[in-house]
Amino acid sequence: MTAVDVAPVGAAAPEHIPYEPPRAIRWSGTGLLLVFLAVFPLIFPNPAVTSIAVFTMIFLVAAIGWNIFSGYSGYISIGHAAYYGIGQYTVALVALHTKIAAGWPTFALLPAAGLACAVAAVPIGFLLLRVRKHTFIILTVAVMFILQLLAFNFTSWTNGSGGLELPFPTWSGDFFNEPFYYVGLAAAVVACAVSWWVRRSKYGLGLLSIRDDEDRARGLGIHTTRTKLIAYVLSAFFVGIAGGLYAPFVGSVYPQFGFDPNFDLAVAVLVFVGGIGTLSGPVIGALLLIPLQQYFELQFGSANLFLIAYGVLFILILRLLPAGIAPSVTKLWRHVLVARRRAAAAGKTGSGTAQPATATLHTGGDEVAQ
Amino acid sequence: MLVLQAIIDGILVGGFYALMAGGLTLVFGVMDIVNFAQGILVVLGAYLSYALYSHLAIDPFLSLLITLPGMFVIGVAVYWSLIKPIKQDRVIMSLLVMFAVGTIAEGILDLIFTSNLVQIQTSYVNSSFSLGSLVFPDIYVYAFLMSVVLLGGVYYLLYRTRFGRSLRASMQNPTAARLVGINTDWVSAFTLGIGVALAAAGGMVFGLTNSFDAASSYDLISRLLAIVIFGGFGSLSGALIASVLMLVIQDVVAVVWSPTWGQTTFYIVLILILLLRPQGLLGRKAVRAQ
Repeated sequence: MTAVDVAPVGAAAPEHIPYEPPRAIRWSGTGLLLVFLAVFPLIFPNPAVTSIAVFTMIFLVAAIGWNIFSGYSGYISIGHAAYYGIGQYTVALVALHTKIAAGWPTFALLPAAGLACAVAAVPIGFLLLRVRKHTFIILTVAVMFILQLLAFNFTSWTNGSGGLELPFPTWSGDFFNEPFYYVGLAAAVVACAVSWWVRRSKYGLGLLSIRDDEDRARGLGIHTTRTKLIAYVLSAFFVGIAGGLYAPFVGSVYPQFGFDPNFDLAVAVLVFVGGIGTLSGPVIGALLLIPLQQYFELQFGSANLFLIAYGVLFILILRLLPAGIAPSVTKLWRHVLVARRRAAAAGKTGSGTAQPATATLHTGGDEVAQ
Repeated sequence: MLVLQAIIDGILVGGFYALMAGGLTLVFGVMDIVNFAQGILVVLGAYLSYALYSHLAIDPFLSLLITLPGMFVIGVAVYWSLIKPIKQDRVIMSLLVMFAVGTIAEGILDLIFTSNLVQIQTSYVNSSFSLGSLVFPDIYVYAFLMSVVLLGGVYYLLYRTRFGRSLRASMQNPTAARLVGINTDWVSAFTLGIGVALAAAGGMVFGLTNSFDAASSYDLISRLLAIVIFGGFGSLSGALIASVLMLVIQDVVAVVWSPTWGQTTFYIVLILILLLRPQGLLGRKAVRAQ
């Protein structure tokens, strides 16, 4: 199981060492990252670079959204492309039918894309969450393929395999990517805030307890189905927003790129790499991997080398850092602290009095290692 | 008459889907591993038979003598190198590992064979014979007979041999199986080998009856998963019944309605099953799933 960075109640001993870096470091780190992301297009105005940045933001929103459900509840969905696709089609269809002007007004459709996904996620989630974890994984994929087939077959709405074309905004080439980037960044910040709230709230604790032991959680009086469904709907909302951002950016919607199995793999991989079930994991994963992926695609052109590299990387990460980057770093940091305090305790007092303190430190270290 | 023809087609095609789905469900039953790479492994089997036929002129059915053992070894190797070292969270981790294996395999196949669609073209691919007004394509009849033989072999292995008994014991209770001295690691490795080898056989037929490329694996795996869920995860006979039923339903809908909706019905049946019977036709009910 991935490390839970909420301190257990019993660990509030005098020698307690926190399970996460101090607040000052966390907040200043977040602030620095935000400032960096906010000024990024100003430092690198090259359209090739900002286009990579836009894709990064789209996947960042999707990854944070995916993690709200799959990370916190432990139910791995590899069919969230269903909502990526619904988001794309919602924006495309509404924009085309209402003849909305390209450019800024299309961004107003983002909440609609999210809401459409949330509404669709209620019956789908209700159906899928009837089964337990491994069957659930398969079903999510099945649902994604059903929607893809429907998109192919409902030609009167979706134009089938011909796809839908969205009008391009009339922004000049130099300034084309920036609006998408900043809207994406704003969506990512909102997604992060919701993810943070879920992680810290009593509701989120219920969700985490489902991840750890669903039967016991139910026994303790948690409405497991309702709890899971709420998280599922929340995550569908954000993945839908990511889709709604993607469609006007690339200017077209196709069934196989909307309901895209590779999207599922990509999102799962980057959350696993960053650290599944943590707040920072999806952020780290997306900011590291998506630029790498885009660079690979630009550099080598063909997708097959990239597929091989991605698969190998994924296996390596699963083998070397099964918990992901964020929990591994936290664990390392904590080990250093524990070692330092132990050394200090040994130096200050005689061996007899130092014993109990060392013992507490030991159990603390083991708990986080689980 | 068209409907009867559709039913016969469905049964014949269902036979070879049962091969591929059987491999998937067997692996799940023993190890709780959802072999997500099964789709691409089927395509790998198809490409192997294709390469042997086009370069060495070995008949696809004969090429099974090479591809079946070869793919068996691949399965065993994947188990020892990638699945066995997984210590925690086995179900989900192994699924993700197999997903990654599938991605790597897809990349390699795409690199070697490019993304042009190919098909194995033997003399009997397009021939058929008829009984009354019913048409029987030769290839599907051969494939059906081969499936019966192979699945019969698997059945014999499972229910009439010592290995089969160990395998079923590992399926029922891995811990107890280990306690009575069964080497569950070898059982698991062999099972994954068998599952992958069945994919090779299914792939050979797939290559004869469809034009394919590496990306065909997505369509395949989604169908196979639907069949396995329908039949009940881990149930071999469930997979057989579900394959035939699904293909018959699809073909009948294609005839009476339209081909494009055939495949959608496939999935609609799946949803109905899940609403009415979440564990599938013959599946065990999940008792305290982890």
